[in-house]
Amino acid sequence: MGAAKRYDAVIIGGGHNGLVNAAYLARAGKRVLVLERRHVLGGSTVTEEIYPGFKYSVLSYVVSLLRPEIIRELELPKHGLEILPLESTLTPLPDGDYLVRWADHDQTRRELYRHSPRDADTYDDFGKLMYQLAFAVKPILGIVPPDPTSLSPRDLLSLARIGKHFQNLGAEQFYALCKLLTMSSADFLDEWFEYEPLKATMSASGIIGTFLGPRSPGTAYVLLHHYMGEIDGVFRAWGFPRGGAGAVADAIAAAAGRLGAEIRTEAAVQQVIVKNGRAVGVALDSGEEIRARKVVSAVDPKLTFLKLVEPRELPSDFVDAIRRYKIRGSSGKVNLALDDLPNLTCLPGRGPHLRGAISISPSIGYLERAYDDAKYGNFSRRPYMDIIIPSMIDPGMAPPGKHVMSIFVQYAPFALEGGWNDERREAFGDVVIDTLSEYAPNLKDLILHRWVVTPWDMQEEYGLTEGNIFHGELALHQLLFMRPAPRWADYRTPLKNLYQCGSGTHPGGGISGTSGRLAALEMLRDS
Amino acid sequence: MLRGTPFHARTAPLCQAQNWRRWAGYLAASSYELTHEREYYAVRTSAALFDVSPLHKYLIRGSDAERLLNRVVTRDVTKCAVRQVMYTTWCDEAGKAMDDGTLQRLDEDVFRLTTNLPNLRWLSDSSAGLRVTVDDVSDSTAALALQGPNSREILKNISDAELDELKFFRLTYARVGDIPVTISRTGYTGDLGYEIWVDSQHAVRLWDVLLDSGERYGITPAGILALDVARIEAGLLLPGVDYIPAHRAIIDSRKSSPFELGLGWTVKLEKGPFVGRAALLDEWRRGPAWQLKGLEIQWGSLEAVYREFGLPPELPSFAWRTSVPVYVHRRQIGYATSGCWSPTLKKYIALAHLRSAYAAQGGEVAMEVTVEHERKRALARVVDTPFFEPERKRA
Repeated sequence: MGAAKRYDAVIIGGGHNGLVNAAYLARAGKRVLVLERRHVLGGSTVTEEIYPGFKYSVLSYVVSLLRPEIIRELELPKHGLEILPLESTLTPLPDGDYLVRWADHDQTRRELYRHSPRDADTYDDFGKLMYQLAFAVKPILGIVPPDPTSLSPRDLLSLARIGKHFQNLGAEQFYALCKLLTMSSADFLDEWFEYEPLKATMSASGIIGTFLGPRSPGTAYVLLHHYMGEIDGVFRAWGFPRGGAGAVADAIAAAAGRLGAEIRTEAAVQQVIVKNGRAVGVALDSGEEIRARKVVSAVDPKLTFLKLVEPRELPSDFVDAIRRYKIRGSSGKVNLALDDLPNLTCLPGRGPHLRGAISISPSIGYLERAYDDAKYGNFSRRPYMDIIIPSMIDPGMAPPGKHVMSIFVQYAPFALEGGWNDERREAFGDVVIDTLSEYAPNLKDLILHRWVVTPWDMQEEYGLTEGNIFHGELALHQLLFMRPAPRWADYRTPLKNLYQCGSGTHPGGGISGTSGRLAALEMLRDS
Repeated sequence: MLRGTPFHARTAPLCQAQNWRRWAGYLAASSYELTHEREYYAVRTSAALFDVSPLHKYLIRGSDAERLLNRVVTRDVTKCAVRQVMYTTWCDEAGKAMDDGTLQRLDEDVFRLTTNLPNLRWLSDSSAGLRVTVDDVSDSTAALALQGPNSREILKNISDAELDELKFFRLTYARVGDIPVTISRTGYTGDLGYEIWVDSQHAVRLWDVLLDSGERYGITPAGILALDVARIEAGLLLPGVDYIPAHRAIIDSRKSSPFELGLGWTVKLEKGPFVGRAALLDEWRRGPAWQLKGLEIQWGSLEAVYREFGLPPELPSFAWRTSVPVYVHRRQIGYATSGCWSPTLKKYIALAHLRSAYAAQGGEVAMEVTVEHERKRALARVVDTPFFEPERKRA
């Protein structure tokens, strides 16, 4: 595999978007090579057995946004993708009560009714509206975002189509959409619901991955973003990939491999090679140079344009835009190997509630206070947590009778006062375990192994700049035709033959694969 | 009165959904949980436990047992080794399928036949003049199907059976604690799985042992709704749904031959005389008029049909069991008999009877879909079954 071999495209980063991109290019007959820096594929979509016998979905842990067309077109089920339902969301409360939303509609209704008869009715109406909005907005997520300032026929046509689409939406839904785009998730939900734990748990979808609190404007959009997932035609359905998040990457890699893509691990790209204003290949850390007609970056925009490409090869206004691009990491992850199941004070014993998500979000105030800590440079003393026990859904994740627990934690700011180090990492881990132990007192006795991942680790080990899980915040000012920078939202870049296909491009965030797919389709248009 | 199976004392309290259906005069849980989703996934990812006791079971004993069965069923029973199981169909004189089931050779002169419909009279009448007895052991033999990738590990932990050596469609005798059982590597899900046959008096104890030691492997009691999806994915037919058993058909056109059902491989014309052979030989020479095939409904086409109404595709959340017309251009060329969204394959699939001219693999047909009270058509591709066949099934 010397410098002599020339590829049609070389893809930087073997995360899910890079792999999807490679698969689509290979499907079109292109000779492609994926280069992954780590020893394992998947990027943030990864399963690792750090403690023998226990499989951790180290970073991302649930799937919903993975586009059905990608599953179909790449035949991912044939290549091993299996998605198991995540059926319920339990919010344990400090007073020993709880709120659960179950898979069964009547059961959920009865549970909501116990807390607020009014909210029980509202829940169905709200669900209908979000369904309508998700169905309305979904097509926009699947297309190259048109630039409203552009006069090109393609952009104009695309804009006209979107305009027509919104005309069909109906006034009431259109207004609701405007509110979603501008309001905070707390305010938006306040218009609908009264029961605090319900509002808090729902608003949590609006803050995940952002450096914002539930009362910050713009978070309602993130809420909608999380409603746009669908599994088997059901919107807002979340699932757990059998084998953990890494199984998604493995299935895409298997599909790409079958289609002829080459994939190399432990091949870290140091630099994009530029000749006469065009990307012509990449140089690896090892000194090896690989030539390709096109170079695609699946890593985040800051890493791509501020590190892998010489800034002098790019227009300065573009470099400035990328410098200003908001990519503040705000979350951490704690993975546990457990000797047995935790026993929750609010719902003791082993029950179906342990097969779904457990959300530590008792009130909006609790979440906002967690954010306050982060605003001033600390990790939350009482963090928001989204917990699942993967081994309850897929027993293969742990040895028989044992369990793994995945804890998504917010807030943990990248820019921690005094910086992250081993001691702060473990202190953060302790806060998480202490907080959770208030709801599950036997937890500490069960822990066989603990793996704490801070935003700093996400940057250093997983290559996520500032530890941002979405490759940049899902804030309005950096969505659609502004993601990652105005005029460069169509997966092309100011550097000829260099493309981008990571979550830092439209639609961004979550295991969706859309960026990888759309970038591949654009590249094929150019070739 | 409908009766509970020998496991009813355990299954009844588990059945949160309180939704039972009838199966051969017994109560069978539709699902235990309020929704059947997780019970289905247990089949494909851990282990699902089905109470299949309502199956009709016949014990056929005597020195002429092999002769009787070879005369009745379409498979060649002389080729069935002791401890082998054969899936087979049997026909009337006109070569039309009466039923299908599994035939277990328990010993040289002892067989157990499991059937969907009562077959005692048919078997007894056919045994005239032979040294053979036919006993209906349906009530005294309880049966569980443990299906899914973890089924082997669970059984290994509780029984003395050499399961690593037990091949697909073979059986073994074993003990679970002190309970004597027969374990066959068979099932109705197309996955790795076993069926456990036990004297009804030990049924409850067997259930308890299985659930207790299976918990660590995600054992999940599962009902008919989950089974129905799994069996469609596996391309397995349900008599009375996917075909009308010959002696239940009021008019001849409702009957199907094994060739028409995709079960030609079970018809051993060369084995010598058996019921229906002449008609089947005839049909084999001229080719079947119909063929049972799989349909994969094309997503793009389904989506377009729904888009006309401003809706996303609505996928069936259960397997359906109704007759649905299938067309090529304007002409109806067949009918689908059951279908479901396959959660594992992420495809909308159906089993369909197609006129042979339109049954070639890869052909395009259209299946009727009712959207907003209007009859529409969605394109579908004709495929061979099974839709889903993991390596572990036979490994």
